[in-house]
Amino acid sequence: MRPYFSEFFGNPSSILIEEGAEPRKAMDEARLKVSRLINAETDEVIFTGSATESNNLAIKGLALANRNRGNRILFSDIEHYSIMHQADSLKSLGFEVDYVRVDPYGLIDMEDLEKKATPGTLLASIMQANLEIGTIEPVREIGLFLKSRGILFHSDGAGAVGQVPVDVKALSVDSMTVSAHQFYGPKGAAALYLKKGVPLRPVVQGGYQETGYRAGTENVPAIVGLGEASRLAGEEMTGRVERLTALGRRLWEGIEQKIDYLHFTGHPTLRLPGHVSFWIEFVEGESLLLWLNLNGIASASGSACASNVLAADETGLKASHVLTAVGVPPEICHGSIAFSLGPENTEAEVDFTLSTLPGIVEKLREMSPLYLKARGGT
Amino acid sequence: MAQGPYSEKVMDHFMHPRNMGEIEEPSGVGEVGNPACGDVMRLYLKIENGTIIDAKFKTFGCGAAIASSSMTTELIKGKSIDEALAISNVAVAEALGGLPPAKQHCSVLAEEALRAALEDYKKKQQAGG
Repeated sequence: MRPYFSEFFGNPSSILIEEGAEPRKAMDEARLKVSRLINAETDEVIFTGSATESNNLAIKGLALANRNRGNRILFSDIEHYSIMHQADSLKSLGFEVDYVRVDPYGLIDMEDLEKKATPGTLLASIMQANLEIGTIEPVREIGLFLKSRGILFHSDGAGAVGQVPVDVKALSVDSMTVSAHQFYGPKGAAALYLKKGVPLRPVVQGGYQETGYRAGTENVPAIVGLGEASRLAGEEMTGRVERLTALGRRLWEGIEQKIDYLHFTGHPTLRLPGHVSFWIEFVEGESLLLWLNLNGIASASGSACASNVLAADETGLKASHVLTAVGVPPEICHGSIAFSLGPENTEAEVDFTLSTLPGIVEKLREMSPLYLKARGGT
Repeated sequence: MAQGPYSEKVMDHFMHPRNMGEIEEPSGVGEVGNPACGDVMRLYLKIENGTIIDAKFKTFGCGAAIASSSMTTELIKGKSIDEALAISNVAVAEALGGLPPAKQHCSVLAEEALRAALEDYKKKQQAGG
């Protein structure tokens, strides 16, 4: 990435100027690397600034360019906010948004999808993997079904691409979001796969960058980083998946053994390698996360308090929509935690977490009036 | 040390909560909050001759909720009932070096727990004659 901040600072859109040549070449290479990772053609990859932007470009862009197909749009109940929060603007543009249920493991309820994929449905957005509960959706099955109904299919691949093998042709998706920083690339670069021939209207309008689909000067260094992260992810995929699956198993089994009143979330096997998520009764998620962090262990919490601690007011303090969708009671969503292990994590770190977690849980439970009641106290 | 949006004081009270536990045969107990909102606070008081001689708490909640409970017990110990009633959520938040905007409700909860415990004490007094 580094030379593209200084040495090759030229604008890739400066076609006739020598300084533009090197950055342009670098972007072509990055595009090739990303396309290889997902088995796409190079001209099917649009660079954007974030997965959120890719999801906005896909949903609004496909909806606006394909109105002739209908005005109904389906979202799964566990889509990321960058999909969910588009509902209002889609409605104001005259579209109707409906939601497809998931089962308690977070897998798409195919019956519900079939029921809701009514005539007039133009687009469905169903993610590949949920980062809160780890579940990987049966995207191929969903893709084939939607194709049979003539419904466009966008899949947010931010949680999956670079983590598990993803092949856009096999999955039968029309568009798919790729996020660099989810697989060790830099922040500020992402991509949208758009199947050749599928009409899309640009959302960010201006010049002719990215063949007109995304105007604005490209973040060349970050795009170079996305390309390189894609190359590495592709090359190291088999080894990473194997290693992270084993590490995740070790963490899962250890936690299962050491902590009572604990419930895992997501599917036990159809899940991201190295992803372990659960909720613990009588323990509030943010407190748990803070204590883990004080012990040098980074995790994420579905707790409303933790995820919205920086909110300007208290209106955002709601339990996670993902956990609610998989049937976790709201009071319990506050105790949810997700660990996602990466290639840098070691067995020793997993074991350290396993030796630290029970003490923290015990400490917090001892403070909890709810635990007191559950143990027969008053 | 401060962490994220939390002040040094909040983290101190979170990591080393003061007066955590229960009081046997308390003069008054107040429990407020709702697990669905993520916070439940229970405050125990021991009152003698109109003075709060001991206070303890049990709290299920986030860092700010635990710190607010802990700070409240510190602020009320040794105070008369009237002095304790004058302690507002703002005073609790201030004593903690401030709370993030989204966490102000934790100090409100602490104030409510205190009022509920004092209410319980008064009821017990009246019932006892």
